[in-house]
Amino acid sequence: MAIKWLIDASYFVAAILFILGLKGMSSPVSARKGIIWAGVGMVLATVVTFLTPGMGNYLLMIIAIALGGALAWVSGKKVAMTDMPQMVALFNGMGGGSAAAIAAVEFARGEMHGVVVTLLATLGALIGAVSFSGSVVAWAKLQGVMKSAFRLPAQNAVNIVLALATVGLGVAIVIAPQIDPMLVGAFFVLALILGMVITLPIGGADMPVVISLFNAFTGLAVGFEGFVMGIPALIIAGIVVGAAGTLLTQLMAKAMNRPISNILFVPMAAAGGGEAVEGEQKEVGAMDAAALMRYASKVIIVPGYGMAVAGAQHKVWEMTEMLEEAGVEVVFAIHPVAGRMPGHMNVLLAEAGVPYEKIFDLEEINGDFAQADVALVIGANDVVNPSARTDKSSPIFGMPILNADLAQNVIVVKRGKGTGYSGIENALFYKENTRLLYGSAQQAIGEVIQHVKAMSV
Amino acid sequence: MDGFVAIYIFMLAAFTGYEVISRVPVILHTPLMSGSNFVHGVVLVGGMIALGQAETPLQQAIGFVAVLLGAANAAGGYVVTERMLAMFKSKEKK
Repeated sequence: MAIKWLIDASYFVAAILFILGLKGMSSPVSARKGIIWAGVGMVLATVVTFLTPGMGNYLLMIIAIALGGALAWVSGKKVAMTDMPQMVALFNGMGGGSAAAIAAVEFARGEMHGVVVTLLATLGALIGAVSFSGSVVAWAKLQGVMKSAFRLPAQNAVNIVLALATVGLGVAIVIAPQIDPMLVGAFFVLALILGMVITLPIGGADMPVVISLFNAFTGLAVGFEGFVMGIPALIIAGIVVGAAGTLLTQLMAKAMNRPISNILFVPMAAAGGGEAVEGEQKEVGAMDAAALMRYASKVIIVPGYGMAVAGAQHKVWEMTEMLEEAGVEVVFAIHPVAGRMPGHMNVLLAEAGVPYEKIFDLEEINGDFAQADVALVIGANDVVNPSARTDKSSPIFGMPILNADLAQNVIVVKRGKGTGYSGIENALFYKENTRLLYGSAQQAIGEVIQHVKAMSV
Repeated sequence: MDGFVAIYIFMLAAFTGYEVISRVPVILHTPLMSGSNFVHGVVLVGGMIALGQAETPLQQAIGFVAVLLGAANAAGGYVVTERMLAMFKSKEKK
């Protein structure tokens, strides 16, 4: 009895630590404490679980924990900051897979009683399995293992038929008087296929929203399985994450002005190309670009994923420090979906040493572009495309953008003349006050630094 | 567990999750998503209990997978989140 009390009390403390941890993570000052609290909660919950009476298979359990934990720990330590989103997707998928596997064990034991318990177990299994296979596909796409968009003929119809079939099997499991292993097996296979088929046609630009959605899914699945197993700590942690993840998904989708249903059912490539853009792109050399910025009074830098891929954030910061020494005011403008996830760009800039106070959100900075002498766009594209304000036929019409085109001069660092990631033509590149500086961000900014240095002597 | 008590827990937990995240600055969205990813790694506990009660080889095999994946979710989620948040700290020192 005393042991049972100790376990329940520990789960309760763990649940509190999880909530306090998440709360802590919502402010930059306490964020680090937050993850440590949550970590303490996790260790506590895991350790006391070993004391649960009536359990066996301890050796298997320890091997599984050591193996899974060590592999994930090492790969988590090694992954580059730019590859973080797909790593989060992968770990999230594993959580979903774990929830689905718990449901499978419970089905195999056949000791579930009552429609509500079976229903929640089935729901958790469905959501967890979809989150697992979907996250693995998301990881494969972002990692470049899989070519980005892959569309089946009549994709939406296939999705709906598959979803209905899976849910139908789930209902059959719930109402059946006894657990039928064949039915359960078919249900899991269908659910796994469903997760893959949903994720396959989604383009890279929409991936953050999808990863966040799957994160919320896994939370829900964990919460449902917590109910089945009778562990309140799982219910609380799972549902808190489910709710937080849903809100986060909405925030991201809103930032892109793409309703979640559109992302899942109407991939961007299919939405039509928008008006053709007229005019020509004007090139600029590194020396002129350097002079423009060196003798400006205010420069706003708009970094995009292209900068991160080129690993140029350190060079960009070096240039910033140099310009500031010359008396130029330099700030960074971050679009909510810059990088691969909201906040991803901030993390990358923080890694390069850019202080927090120099980084501004879209709402904070958009009014300032008109007073800026130079807007320097590095490896960003759609988030500065003025067509989003003006061209109703553009697939990104209505998406909030950074008004870089309102600056006196716009310098765009770009690898070549292509349309880039989403395949949408960018009207900014053809504007009268825009100059293009071709080259990889790393090399182009490096050259600019040389010229700025020469001018400062 | 009493059905209604569970529904109350669902409801309150959902509000808590919504409240906790609603005032988060954009710069913390990615770390926070990673952090919430870590928190649902508590699924490990469920996996351990499922494996602990497993009897047949099939149940043991699936239970093993549940613990393996759960442990990976928890350990990986922690490391990744900690690494991202560590950068906010080093900057404050400057």
